[in-house]
Amino acid sequence: MEIKLNNVSHSYESQNPDVGLGLDDVSLTIRDKSFTALIGKTGSGKSTLVKHINALLKPTSGTIKIGDREIDSKTNNKNLKPLRQKIGMVFQFPESQLFEETVEKDIMFGPMNFGATEEEARESAKDALKLVGIEESYLQQSPFDLSGGQMRRVAIAGVLASNPETIILDEPTAGLDPVGRIEIMDLFKKLNKQGKTIILVTHNMDDVADYAEYTYVMQNSKLVGQGTPKEIFNNKELVDSGIVSLPQSASFAKKLAEKKYVFDQLPITIDELSNMIKEQLENNG
Amino acid sequence: MMDKLIFGRYLPGDSIIYRLDPRGKFLITFYFIGIVFLANNVASYALLLAFVLFSVYLSEINIGFFIKGLRPMLFLIVFTVLLQMFFTPSTDPLWKFGVLQLSTDGMVIAGYILLRFVVIIFISTLLTLTTTPIEISDSIESILKPLRYVKFPVTQVALSLSIALRFVPLLIDETVKIMDAQRARGVDFGEGGLLKRIKSFVPILIPLFVSSFSIAYDLAIAMESRGYKDGEGRTKYRQLHWKKIDNYTVLVIALLTVCLLLVRSY
Repeated sequence: MEIKLNNVSHSYESQNPDVGLGLDDVSLTIRDKSFTALIGKTGSGKSTLVKHINALLKPTSGTIKIGDREIDSKTNNKNLKPLRQKIGMVFQFPESQLFEETVEKDIMFGPMNFGATEEEARESAKDALKLVGIEESYLQQSPFDLSGGQMRRVAIAGVLASNPETIILDEPTAGLDPVGRIEIMDLFKKLNKQGKTIILVTHNMDDVADYAEYTYVMQNSKLVGQGTPKEIFNNKELVDSGIVSLPQSASFAKKLAEKKYVFDQLPITIDELSNMIKEQLENNG
Repeated sequence: MMDKLIFGRYLPGDSIIYRLDPRGKFLITFYFIGIVFLANNVASYALLLAFVLFSVYLSEINIGFFIKGLRPMLFLIVFTVLLQMFFTPSTDPLWKFGVLQLSTDGMVIAGYILLRFVVIIFISTLLTLTTTPIEISDSIESILKPLRYVKFPVTQVALSLSIALRFVPLLIDETVKIMDAQRARGVDFGEGGLLKRIKSFVPILIPLFVSSFSIAYDLAIAMESRGYKDGEGRTKYRQLHWKKIDNYTVLVIALLTVCLLLVRSY
């Protein structure tokens, strides 16, 4: 399912004249089954943009094409359920959306809303919980008895249980420990390999470098750059103006380059960095 | 939804009204609402309206804000005014139909009611637009101070009030966020019958309560670790200053009262 934004602008309805546009003439395409990252400073409009993709917000002008569905400013609020089933959204700190008595019921909530029978919902709850790496024995526990990390996983399972084709992630690893971060991100990479489109909103450039195939850069409600992570981190203009910061490997390589090392392209992952260093050491003897 | 509510919001600015002592503003607003009921004829209402419009002018805030502030109350205003208009008994009605009757007296009284609404809403909107919530809670604390002598826990009440005010916008944000999250999971708010609508709020209310509990817990721990014991014997960082200009406002409002009493007797 391809997602295409055509000249989308959004202005928040507000009495306060200081609040400007949420989105300013953004056009972009998210290819089917891709792993796309959306980066930018706080308040650059990333979250506003992703809320358009499952019609929580509607564009003030422009259109959004999601598969064969088109959304513009006049789109009716009814009949959006099929769309929202196809596009799952994991919000920031999703653990705050848990509410049912048991983990099982909470995960079943999504599928049931989208019209699954109780049996089907129970089945998908079990599968989703397994997917996020939590044992089945937790199904009958209260979600409020779990640890923060487990709650996060249950909340993510609640989104995955509806079997969405596209998954939007708004900083899914914020506040997680390093191990938790890698586990969660690997899960999404796996889902991506299984044919799901992943849209990742993040501040963490290492996540972008390690996982994303394509990256869009937002600044002041505008789209200011796009390309593969490699192109983005090698884009002098974006990096020097401070819009994009570098992942750890790249900033380390930059420091090495001040000594005698030479990089035609900045390495963005640890593997790339170590390979490049190894090559140069071998060549120079 | 929340954007449309003007009353109770603060609008950053800097004019004479902003610089007045919040305690004075707070008391004067309440006093003014009290004396609105003294007005009983055209001249007295004109005086009140002039006073309010002058205050609005001094605040340097666009009058459009105040007019928008009327909107949420529109139904109540129209309802009351119409009721007054058609149910005021009169010996000489212009038009009569069963118990309904339209008379000059009725229309005049309805007009007064309308003006009363406008004046009260304008002045209270002016208070909240020009005074930060924290200033309001400081003034309440300072005004309640005498109640300490009857063992009323003034500092505790003031603390709860300022914490509550601080967390209102946070909880509104949280509510919007949770609503969005549940909508993404397929909840329809405001659809279906009454029972279904009420039920659809459970997935918002429970997370909201849960997060309030955890906020309260974290806040209490943070306060204790920063050395908070109880309200007694604390010094204050924000000091309120009663200035010369505040004396003038008291003078003006006293003058207004006197004029009102004079005009009223005619």
